[in-house]
Amino acid sequence: MAYPGDLKYTKDHEWMRVSGDVAEVGITDYAQEQLGDVVFVELPDVGRKVNAGEAFGSIESVKAVSELFAPAAGEVVEVNPALKDHPETVNSKPHETWMVRLRLSDSNAAGSLLDSAAYEKLISAS
Amino acid sequence: MVPYAGWDMPVEYSGISNEHLAVRTRAGVFDVSHMGEIEIAGKNALAAVQLISSNDAALLQTGQAQYAALTTPDGTFVDDMLVYRMAPSHFMVVVNAANTAKAFAWISEQVKTVGDVAAIDSSNRYALIAVQGPAAREVLQPLTGVELADIGYYRFGYGEVAAARATISRTGYTGEDGFEIFVPPNVADRVWQAVLDSGRSADLIPCGLGARDTLRLEAAMRLYGNDIDETTTVLEAGLGWTIGWKKGNFIGHDRLLEQKERGTSRKLAGFEMIDRAIARQGYAVMSGGRQVGVVTSGTQTPFLKKAIGMAYVPTELHAVGTEIDIDVRGRVSKARIVRLPFYSRTGV
Repeated sequence: MAYPGDLKYTKDHEWMRVSGDVAEVGITDYAQEQLGDVVFVELPDVGRKVNAGEAFGSIESVKAVSELFAPAAGEVVEVNPALKDHPETVNSKPHETWMVRLRLSDSNAAGSLLDSAAYEKLISAS
Repeated sequence: MVPYAGWDMPVEYSGISNEHLAVRTRAGVFDVSHMGEIEIAGKNALAAVQLISSNDAALLQTGQAQYAALTTPDGTFVDDMLVYRMAPSHFMVVVNAANTAKAFAWISEQVKTVGDVAAIDSSNRYALIAVQGPAAREVLQPLTGVELADIGYYRFGYGEVAAARATISRTGYTGEDGFEIFVPPNVADRVWQAVLDSGRSADLIPCGLGARDTLRLEAAMRLYGNDIDETTTVLEAGLGWTIGWKKGNFIGHDRLLEQKERGTSRKLAGFEMIDRAIARQGYAVMSGGRQVGVVTSGTQTPFLKKAIGMAYVPTELHAVGTEIDIDVRGRVSKARIVRLPFYSRTGV
């Protein structure tokens, strides 16, 4: 699967799609492949303020649980309601399935993340 | 691939859920060659097996298998095992890969006290291929001249599978109908490929360790290292049915009898999550703000589509319907004790 150029990536295998001061956050195709079948996504409450790198949710697959880290500081303004009944879309459409929308504390936060080329290089080395 | 007891094992081929559902609805094939095989033979083979096993091996006819505990003097598990009666004075026990060396050392030591019997570790002589699922028989039948319908549940026969010399056992670790086929390792790949080819019309797929674990958990089959070990007794594990009380003495008998009369203070129970959460191995069972038990296995099951698990709980919390609290990574989540197994197939 290709890594879209309009997303920014973290070393923890999250992605962020920024529009204005709001960013959608999800996990990468590489991450979903490592996890296997996702069966449950636990998301933070709307209004929660998070720091960059802070664990603010968890993604459970049949075989394991892993934490969801905030790619940037901000406030959770929305969580994806569709994930409650259809967590499997994280596997089928990882780069379209956002988990939370964050209002960024710093609208330039994406600048410190990886672009798709750098991210692809990272995962090809692991 | 993951390292597993000295073997490189696939966790999944096409996805745990996909593989799990294939076994429940059609068929799947597992390479379980990592399992250990220990043969016990000689004039006193029956007496030796009766000494080391919780179950009554005298009830076995040649061609029949039974589940049993390989017990410690405390009535806990050196391992769990399937005991096969190959001939009147020849048994084979199938043990867990991670325990094969330990179990073999233990059995060798014990049978010495019996005399006129030998234990042999035959693990390297067998590859083991499991074909499991409602379509298992129709997949396997074209590959063998043995009439599979004549092999009853927990029975086995000898013959050829894909022109390989085989022991064909109607057993498994999935809660589904199926067969486990012991073949020489040098032809195992041929048998594997033949099963895949024959299974194409039934949509059989290869399955890994991940689905093996979720399938066995739905069927409430215990996993050594999770649900049972050297600290849990046969009775605490809810496996009292594997104890052949009538046969008389065996290793651990006295401790188990004492526990049976006095009652156990904790028991393995099945639970379903009430809150939306998945409880996994090692999570604490809480009551009144303190830990009273521990989850031994837990997952979201692909077929029942529920978060289920097993846990040791105090006997007073063991009754079906009791609500318990489980600490899921810092959040207390409610679960309810349910009857085991979570899943059982209808008919054979």
